[in-house]
Amino acid sequence: MSATFTIDGREIPFTEGQTIIQAALAAGVYIPHLCYHPDFSPHGSCKVCTVRVNGRETASCTMRAAAGQVVESDTPRLNDERRALVQMLFVEGNHFCPSCEKSGDCKLQATAYDLGMMSPHYDHFFPDRPVDASHPDLLLDFNRCILCSLCVRASRDVDGKSVFALSERGIKTRLIVNAKSGRLADTNVSPEDRAVGVCPVGAILPKRRGFAVPIGRRVFDLKAVSTYVDATAAIEDQ
Amino acid sequence: MTATTDTAVDSAIERYSGDPGHLLQILREVQEACDWIPPEAIDRIERRLHLPRTKIEGVAGFYSFLYTRPRGKYRVLFSDNITDRMGGNMELLDQMCRELWVERGKLSEDGLVSVDTASCTGMCDQGPALMVNNIAITRLTRARITEICALIREHVPLTDWPAEYFRVDDNVRRQDVMLATELDPGGSLTAALARGADGLLAEVKASSLRGRGGAGFATGLKWEACRNAEGAAHYIVCNADEGEPGTFKDRVLLTSYAHRVLAGMTLGAYVVNARQGFIYLRGEYRYLLDHLHAVLAHRRSRNLLGKNILGRKGYDFDIEIHLGAGAYVCGEESALIESLEGKRGTPRNRPPYPVTYGYLGQPTVVDNVETFAAAALIAKNGGDWYAGIGTPKSTGTKILCVSGDCDAPGIYEYPFGVSVRQVLTDCGARDTQAVQVGGPSGTCVPKAEFDRHIAFEDIPTAGAFMVFDHRRDMFEVARNFVHFFVHESCGFCTPCRVGTSLLKNMMDKLAAGHGSPYDFEQIEVMNRILKSMSHCGLGQSACNPVLDTIAKFRPQYQKRLEHEEFRPAFDLDRALASARRMTGRDDREAHFDLQPEGEQ
Repeated sequence: MSATFTIDGREIPFTEGQTIIQAALAAGVYIPHLCYHPDFSPHGSCKVCTVRVNGRETASCTMRAAAGQVVESDTPRLNDERRALVQMLFVEGNHFCPSCEKSGDCKLQATAYDLGMMSPHYDHFFPDRPVDASHPDLLLDFNRCILCSLCVRASRDVDGKSVFALSERGIKTRLIVNAKSGRLADTNVSPEDRAVGVCPVGAILPKRRGFAVPIGRRVFDLKAVSTYVDATAAIEDQ
Repeated sequence: MTATTDTAVDSAIERYSGDPGHLLQILREVQEACDWIPPEAIDRIERRLHLPRTKIEGVAGFYSFLYTRPRGKYRVLFSDNITDRMGGNMELLDQMCRELWVERGKLSEDGLVSVDTASCTGMCDQGPALMVNNIAITRLTRARITEICALIREHVPLTDWPAEYFRVDDNVRRQDVMLATELDPGGSLTAALARGADGLLAEVKASSLRGRGGAGFATGLKWEACRNAEGAAHYIVCNADEGEPGTFKDRVLLTSYAHRVLAGMTLGAYVVNARQGFIYLRGEYRYLLDHLHAVLAHRRSRNLLGKNILGRKGYDFDIEIHLGAGAYVCGEESALIESLEGKRGTPRNRPPYPVTYGYLGQPTVVDNVETFAAAALIAKNGGDWYAGIGTPKSTGTKILCVSGDCDAPGIYEYPFGVSVRQVLTDCGARDTQAVQVGGPSGTCVPKAEFDRHIAFEDIPTAGAFMVFDHRRDMFEVARNFVHFFVHESCGFCTPCRVGTSLLKNMMDKLAAGHGSPYDFEQIEVMNRILKSMSHCGLGQSACNPVLDTIAKFRPQYQKRLEHEEFRPAFDLDRALASARRMTGRDDREAHFDLQPEGEQ
């Protein structure tokens, strides 16, 4: 009999060393998340996966599961706050879903729908973020970057290239690439890199691939993100 | 030019034995030599340290005082704490920009000078202050600004500027046991060796000493936990990243009481069995570096540091100084450790805490400057002696940094439990309407609460004590603090990165006269989100000054509310201002008249 904790009253088994979100997803319990990815070390920066553990809020992707924990997740208050975080991500960048190739396969968009986001609520920042179209096969659109660091982690830990990193600080934090020129074309990135496929939004996209799957038949057009057992695999397996 | 850059990079790398963990220190030294960090310098660091360029640029971009674009031979930063504002720093900044023909935040056309602002530089008792190339200049006046402009225009090297500019006074106004007790540089160590490490730990525990950085964790327990934690090495870190606006006690302790701070670190090393210690000194105190190196050398020469300290076999300990480069968040202990390791100063996910997983993943004690100094006194005079001072829950004394509207700003040491009113009387404050204790993330104490006490159980503080008299607008005080948090957010987590900027926009909206009661509700909601979801204390406390002043100084907010109904921050007439400027028109036809409600 393995140890358990509860999420919203439901008993969740876990193995030693698992985080709350790992155990939850394994048990088929969805917790909204953006910067978490099962294949990479947890980062804990988007905070969308925040839950209440024994009455205290914490990111479920970095918190280790422990026997007897009482976790609240699907509560109106937490979902309100998660929706606010998603809204913050929308106004911080420039996200125009109707013209984005990632629409329907985008975790930010899907999470926003799933949390019932009806408007951005906050005033848009409209930052000036030029697109980097220098690479022959890849488009780097900083407007859509949500600073989740998945490409940073994948490039460093899987591809062994460190093509991507975050620089600057605070609201000016931005994605940079490993080239003196600052252009993606001058890095050793390749379209097959894990760092490319792992982007949960439309920031890193292959060129010359438009509407391969028509709008309406895409991953999150078919089912809400919360109903996938493994939404991450669903979009990456395409 | 390239040869000089290469030389600068090579000598910095050699000084740190080619250790990539010293990346921040290497970048800082390159900048001191080259005035900025040119791309060629990054090329060379990349090659020599075998680091990806992304890593180097990521670190260089994080710290305010590192520049990857030219910022001139003279880089002027005006301290922009609220106390500097009250002293007229913005007028002085404008004056300098005018006299030097330079736009704020931009490099002058001849590439000579840049003028901008920085967060509080820890000179609030002798402000307004600025820094030139990270060296502090105090007591600014209009005349002094004109003199400085002349020196810059004539390219006079900083080393030839009048020494008087750089004078930093201690301004110690009230002494108690910490500042009045004479202590021989080695006195506390001799006493500790007589007691043994167990005995010393017992004294520190008996003293009930609590961390002086503000959080108040029991020092004895921290030392014990670190000592008991398994690890290949243990480390002692002194947190001298005194960044909370309005705080400057560590500056004074490191200037005139450095021996007891270093002794305290050496005592900690004795307890936890550390061989290596670090002082993380904020970049604003760069001017103290030579002095501290001299004190370290003195202690080594007297065998108070180094091998077999005071003849005790195996008691080896030494201290290295790391300089920060303008990042308040590095005062958070896990961010400080990241920075010590040469990385971006992003707070870690906790647990694990530094006592088990700190510097290089090893058990580490991180304590405040004042905590170490207190430990030295305790080692000499005993824990019971110390526990007899202050209150039962807050033993000992606290050094307060008094600034703002009073006759005698400076350092005031009191036993814990002193009332706000007493401090105000002693510093010669009149007509006081409020005191901000503990800086922007602390507590705003209005007149009705002046009988409250400085103590962990009532008003905790790392030391800041900013006084505001009746002339001051507490809304503007809070707005200054919110701007501070925006500038200092590390950007790691969504709520703090975006939320602090949204909060700033709300405050600016109120300041522009577009606020409504709806905006107050929005501030409350933002506070809830930041408190529950932020990664560290910076985001969690970013709303404090606003909520505090709304609760206690509502009328100062109320007078800014033009409308009872919600109004968007966007104002069409204001948005047309640039068009009016371009066309040189300001007649009635060039303005957009808002129609009465409902007819728009």
